[in-house]
Amino acid sequence: MTQTKTPLLALHNIVTTFNAGTPNEVTILNQLNLDVYEGDFVTVLGSNGAGKSTLFNTISGDLPVTSGTITLKEHDITHASVEKRTAFLARVFQDPKMGTAPRMTVAENLLLASQRGQRRTLRLRHLKSNLAHFKELTATMNNGLSERLNTATENLSGGQRQALSFLMATEQRPDLLLLDEHTAALDPKTSEELMHQTNLHVTEQQLTCLMITHHLDDALKYGNRLIVLDQGKVKFDVRGQAKAELTKDKLLSFFDTIE
Amino acid sequence: MSMIVSSIGQGLLWATLGVALFLTFRILDFPDMTVEGTFPLGAAVAVTLIAHGMNPILASALAFVAGAVTGLVTGLLYTKGKVPILLAGILVMTACLSINLRIMGGSSNVSLLGKTTIFSNHFLESLPKYFDSVYVGFIVIAVITVLLVLFLQTNLGQAFIVTGDNRVMARSIGINTDNMTIMGLMVSNGIIGLGGALIAQNNGYADVSMGIGIIVIALASIIIGEVVFGELTLNQRLVAVTLGSILYQFVRLLVLQLGFNTNDMNLLSAIILAICLMLPQFSKALHLNHVLQKGVAKYDAD
Repeated sequence: MTQTKTPLLALHNIVTTFNAGTPNEVTILNQLNLDVYEGDFVTVLGSNGAGKSTLFNTISGDLPVTSGTITLKEHDITHASVEKRTAFLARVFQDPKMGTAPRMTVAENLLLASQRGQRRTLRLRHLKSNLAHFKELTATMNNGLSERLNTATENLSGGQRQALSFLMATEQRPDLLLLDEHTAALDPKTSEELMHQTNLHVTEQQLTCLMITHHLDDALKYGNRLIVLDQGKVKFDVRGQAKAELTKDKLLSFFDTIE
Repeated sequence: MSMIVSSIGQGLLWATLGVALFLTFRILDFPDMTVEGTFPLGAAVAVTLIAHGMNPILASALAFVAGAVTGLVTGLLYTKGKVPILLAGILVMTACLSINLRIMGGSSNVSLLGKTTIFSNHFLESLPKYFDSVYVGFIVIAVITVLLVLFLQTNLGQAFIVTGDNRVMARSIGINTDNMTIMGLMVSNGIIGLGGALIAQNNGYADVSMGIGIIVIALASIIIGEVVFGELTLNQRLVAVTLGSILYQFVRLLVLQLGFNTNDMNLLSAIILAICLMLPQFSKALHLNHVLQKGVAKYDAD
């Protein structure tokens, strides 16, 4: 299977320590190793403080690593800046307010995100010629977003905002997509709808994706691989058939063993 | 009548400050105190160079450059040095006080009497009194406004806007927000320096204390424009700043007619601005229409 190929993203012996050298020193990621292969849709579980968000911030470059290496497509990106990494990496945040520019319209947000990782120049932006394409794109989310292309995003519902954030992350195909509990702030129905759309898009575009979630059901239902973080390490890693056969009970009993 | 023409001329010249401050105060969303230093700096640079015989247009351009360099210093202190923006502005503004005195050869006031300025050409001198400042002010603010409107429609301009709107999101789509902030501060302070150069030439002198209170005047033109014209697109808001600046000069004229003198102006400017800033609260309390409040808080684009 995919294991014979070289990984798309490889984290090797990652250690992330906060307040190093002070009495408050705390190690979040502790010799973490993780290989992600092209086409993997990985659901990431773990209790609070297990290092899920730190893992994402480390991959995105928001947090520097204390030691270890990060490789993407065999290039060492351990010390690459956040801006540089956006050329291959897109992210959807948990907070609907974080992923969109509130005073700019839906179309403007989409246009800005379509140039993710590119150099911004003094060329005119050509918003109007993109509107038809944006209409088509937003219509796929089935939530009325396509009727509100010229609305400032601060006037959208939370669900529409997160759907927009997701489209912004994926309209320019990223090599790697990070979903940080992107449905957690939404009501159950909206959350389920967005998860459904997320799955469709990830599968159709064959995206490589890591998704943090607290919902065991979602973690089991979606993706082809499931990992559990605990004390800064990957403690559990199943894929393919083994993942498909995993049940909630088995997962819960595994959680009992690591508590 | 001539007082009204004079007010329009002053409004147009001072609008450069309002438009410049709009870039930082409204788009990047922070108050930049540096302007109180760059305004007299621009004046000092231009007046000193003109007094030494330089072409006034070139001297005004160099005042822009001097202002932009000052903005660069504030930007570096803020983004790389992690100095809070308000403090960074105050530091650079204070440093400018000494630098301005150095530039003006140690004297606190340099006159342009008998020198060739932007205002001394045959065409402008043939116009009725005060129409020269209307003419020059209109051309300068029109050019600046058109260039800014075009710039904000470019990919770089959009990256600049989103930096002020949502920094986290801007970074997550690969925009270097530090560079955008520095660029905004440089352009803004460059325009302020140019404004200082023009106003000094219009007054006929540069004075080290001419920067005191100008941030309030610039903010007043932005806020009066927003309060009067309500909800507008971003481009319309830029034009509204100039109209706000002219309205501010009318209010100033009115106040002077009431018997106050120019020494009272800083107090009065502060009071006018405070009232405008509190208008949304008043209108809420009095159930006035919502437009006032929205006009101050947001912009839509096309």
